Amino acid sequence: MGFEIDYLAIAPELILVATIVMVLVLDFVLPRRAKYFTAIASVLGVTFAALPLLILAVDGGSREMFDGSYTVDTFALVLKGLFIVAGYLVLLMSVSYIEGDRYYQGEYYFLILCSILGSLVMASSRDLIVLFIGLELTTAPLFMLAGWRKGDMKSNEASLKYYILGVLSTALMLFGMSLVFGLTGEVSFDGIREGIGDAAAGDASTALGLAVLLIIVGFGFKVSAVPFHFWAPDTYEGAPTPVTAYLSVNSKAAGFVGMLILMYLALPGASNYWAPALWIMAAASMTIGNLAALRQQNIVRLLAYSSIAQAGFMLVPFAAAAVSGTDLSEAFSATVVYLVIYSIMNLGAFAVVIAGARKTGTGDIDGWAGLGSYDARLGVLAAVFFFSLAGIPPLAGWFAKFVMFRSVMIAGGVSTVALAVIAAVNSVIAFYYYARVVKSIWLDGAPATALGDRADTPAGSLRLALIIAGVLTVLVGIYPTLASVFGDASRVLAAG
Amino acid sequence: MSLVVTPGWYMTLAALLFAIGALGILIRRNALVMFMCIELMLNAVNLTFVAAGRALGNLDGQMAVFFVLVVAAAEVVVGLAIIVAIFRRRESASVDELSEMAG
Repeated sequence: MGFEIDYLAIAPELILVATIVMVLVLDFVLPRRAKYFTAIASVLGVTFAALPLLILAVDGGSREMFDGSYTVDTFALVLKGLFIVAGYLVLLMSVSYIEGDRYYQGEYYFLILCSILGSLVMASSRDLIVLFIGLELTTAPLFMLAGWRKGDMKSNEASLKYYILGVLSTALMLFGMSLVFGLTGEVSFDGIREGIGDAAAGDASTALGLAVLLIIVGFGFKVSAVPFHFWAPDTYEGAPTPVTAYLSVNSKAAGFVGMLILMYLALPGASNYWAPALWIMAAASMTIGNLAALRQQNIVRLLAYSSIAQAGFMLVPFAAAAVSGTDLSEAFSATVVYLVIYSIMNLGAFAVVIAGARKTGTGDIDGWAGLGSYDARLGVLAAVFFFSLAGIPPLAGWFAKFVMFRSVMIAGGVSTVALAVIAAVNSVIAFYYYARVVKSIWLDGAPATALGDRADTPAGSLRLALIIAGVLTVLVGIYPTLASVFGDASRVLAAG
Repeated sequence: MSLVVTPGWYMTLAALLFAIGALGILIRRNALVMFMCIELMLNAVNLTFVAAGRALGNLDGQMAVFFVLVVAAAEVVVGLAIIVAIFRRRESASVDELSEMAG
């Protein structure tokens, strides 16, 4: 029977759980001045959690537990690797930022580790209940982290907005899931896929359509796709910057992973309902996200709208393939590649924002004028990440855009070409506002009076995060094969 | 003539509860009342799961309800903590007054 537990397969999760408990205990026993040991324990825990992933990847094959509802295959491993690396970078960014605040460090790391654990569970979920638990474990700690600065009204507002919309989206998604269960009598993805044909054919097809739409709307909130994006800019601005980085990368990626495996593994039979919805969401997210980003003055809000637009780009391959009725596996691997590259360059951009905000003392783009003249290294890194987000070769972003357009071309058809045109126009618009940040940093003169501490050097951990993200962004741009490995690995799921 | 309560009745009731909850979120502006509406929606989900599980003779539905209940309880704890934090600073639980950021 399927209830034997394969401890190696869930070793990353177990190590994280042990770290979480340890961080809580450490926080309790350590004296106030030694609280930074919780940070060290968290970083080490996440590093150790990556080791079993490597062993499992070398070992290969698919391991199923609990009657197949928890599966560790190469696809799950790729995404777990992404979540762990991204979580690691966010932890590195957090160390100096959280230390500077007078708030509680131990709980911060506890919550963020819980969220990373949730995203790992998410990648392995192969039934509705595990998917739901993974998603909630990812987002529930973030409600609290968004409101981390308790005394700051903006942080409170960020957390309440995120909370209400997050819980609302959960309720909508759950109602959709309960209807799917009622129609098919199954909670496992395989069972639903087999049962969905009968449900779509009978008189229950309206209920099925409603269920699928509710699920899409629920995930739309999680990945902040237009028209369900309005919480994102406010929450991103009000939350502490490392948490914003986490929200825009891990939490968005977890939402995407959940949506795609659910659509791909469980609901391909209902694609006539979700394909048009994804198409509209993709086109609207790209256009509205980019147009709104054009008029932003605050750099975090600019990145918030940019991440909405990037979510639109990420939806393009799947929407195009589903609308034209071609094989979804190519689109699936294109989305995974985009997700991996986006995560690295966006985390890099947020690391630059954290370092730059300390130096300039402001989050306004105009306030960053001349940053390149007094800190050339940070200026170069800012240019690397922002040009990469714009998709300029030889930085990683171009390959993400390339695989996206290639998968659309493979799909073919009128509506997909229309989507490709919208995506191409939006890539050009996006270049303008990314370039504006770089222009401000390099071409504008520095203001005479400095708000921040220009001599400030980023803490060692933040510097490490900047270096890792920068090296990966350049390396993947020059050797795109590094990223396409992830795409190929996720194609295994398509075959199986 | 006897009245037989079929699963369809429960489904209809669940759909009604869900609609009331969703409507409440849209029109009420007090964060506490919005919480209650979300709870109503989650209970509609539970009712659907139980009714469908019973009708299909499948225990998975009941099992799902336990998970939904636990997660709902955890979320209420988080939500109330956020509201208390806000209330301490401005003596109001109206979401309309929370508009520090815009654009």
